[in-house]
Amino acid sequence: MKKIEAVIRKSKFEDVKIALSEVDIDWFSYWDITGLGKSLEEQVVRGQIFQSNYIQRRMISIVVRDVNVEKTVNAILESAWTGDPGDGKIFVYDIDDTYRIRNGESGPGALYNQESIEN
Amino acid sequence: MKKYIVSLLALFAFIGSTLSAQTTAIAAPKVDTGDTAWMIMSSALVLFMSIPALALFYGGLVRRKNVLNVFMQCMIIVAVISIEWIICGYSLSFGSSTGFLAPYIGGFHWAFLNNINVSDLSPYFISHSQLAADGSTVGTIPHLVFVMYQCMFAVITPALIIGAFAERINFKGFLIFTILWSVLIYNPVAHWVWSADGWLFKLGALDFAGGTVVHVNAGIAAIVTALMLGKRRDYKGHALPPHNITYVVMGAAMLWVGWFGFNAGSGLAADGLAANAFLVTHIAAATAALTWGILDWFNDGKPTIVGVSTGAVAGLVAITPAAGFVGVGGALAIGVLVSLICFGMVAFVKPKLGYDDSLDAFGVHGIGGIIGAILTGVFATPLVQSAYSGAIYGNGHQVVIQLIAVGATIVFSGIGTFILFKIVDKVFGLRASDKDEALGLDETQHGETAYTSFD
Repeated sequence: MKKIEAVIRKSKFEDVKIALSEVDIDWFSYWDITGLGKSLEEQVVRGQIFQSNYIQRRMISIVVRDVNVEKTVNAILESAWTGDPGDGKIFVYDIDDTYRIRNGESGPGALYNQESIEN
Repeated sequence: MKKYIVSLLALFAFIGSTLSAQTTAIAAPKVDTGDTAWMIMSSALVLFMSIPALALFYGGLVRRKNVLNVFMQCMIIVAVISIEWIICGYSLSFGSSTGFLAPYIGGFHWAFLNNINVSDLSPYFISHSQLAADGSTVGTIPHLVFVMYQCMFAVITPALIIGAFAERINFKGFLIFTILWSVLIYNPVAHWVWSADGWLFKLGALDFAGGTVVHVNAGIAAIVTALMLGKRRDYKGHALPPHNITYVVMGAAMLWVGWFGFNAGSGLAADGLAANAFLVTHIAAATAALTWGILDWFNDGKPTIVGVSTGAVAGLVAITPAAGFVGVGGALAIGVLVSLICFGMVAFVKPKLGYDDSLDAFGVHGIGGIIGAILTGVFATPLVQSAYSGAIYGNGHQVVIQLIAVGATIVFSGIGTFILFKIVDKVFGLRASDKDEALGLDETQHGETAYTSFD
């Protein structure tokens, strides 16, 4: 099992969501993040247009079985791409174990619903 | 003997009837319940401008680590200045003194609201004057209502200055500075402009609801404190992004509502003049909001809500001195002009000059107030109050008087604030320490945080 975390542009979030859904990744968490970086982004406050190095992005976090890692990463790589600097990063981590709280089931099987999906 | 008594009674009756005939000839001033109801309501509306409207407007514009500090400053100003007002503020502003000081400051006759009875009428009246037995002007509302109404003005004026020093001031220093500023700067200027003894009042300066007393006065104090306190540690010549724009919009909208009490109440009556003030206040705010939105659109391709909210406030500031003197045409012109000039000031001039007026207290209230005060002298129309006309009706002299009033306020407020700041800074310290400022004033000044992770 792997955890895939990706920092993406907010403007590409809808595309990423659709692309993940197309490869059957139906659940994940996301949150808005602010980071500091070398690149600058334009901001406007009361008519003052200025460059700020506080960068607004969205972080998404998905835990998948090993078989799904490649298609998930590829889906994000394609859907979050604009070609300009600042498209973001994808991080892949090992996950030691997973437990489903409802029935105590553990291991990769806890990551998807065996009762309704034949996979 | 009986005859004598009858004729004596007849004589008394005769004298009595002639006396009562004399008193009915001049309508005895009395409390008007409609006016009083409206003025109590207006006082509440003006308080609503300080808390929560201004607190939300400014609180939304700062970063999240300083929002409680701004709320606290607004709240504590209401508490402290209300008490200052009954102790000596009201008497110094609206009371009378003798000798050469009379045109400049009131005395202590009404300190602690001494010598004011529940049944007394207000000693001031703006829209249609009545005369008391001694020939002075009296109103149709209780004196105590007037005291309370003016109390709310005294409260909001120092609260406006918060916008200039937000995010970097030590709370103790701020509190002492604010009290001294109210006593030594606000009260004299209010006396000059609004008291019947005041020198600007006698000169004929037009300031219906406080353009010079409130907005120019606070705006100039704002630029002086911003310059003397120095820039915020991470200020780089442009605004630091607001942390909660929904607060900013709510605050601006509540200010808009509260301003109806501020302006439409300043005639101290519920009459046609109040109706005119109500109308022009709304139209100027609407025009200025729209103008700022359009300027935003041209400037960056998108109209911003922070911009439209700021424009509305600028329009309200500018119409304040003019509300009882201009018609709807003047309101439209003032709305457009104030947004054009304040936008230029905030968007282009401020970054060029590089001073850190955190939330544009000077750019909006100072500049907006100056423009409003001068334009009052231009657009005042005899159609609203027959005694007053401005430059477009051939009375160019009114503009000169307005310039004198604005100039005097700028000089007095500027120098006075400078001296007060120096003294308070020396004795108590005004700038928050660098570390406190970095951590945020909520945590370091009050030990509280606005958005905790607790339920």
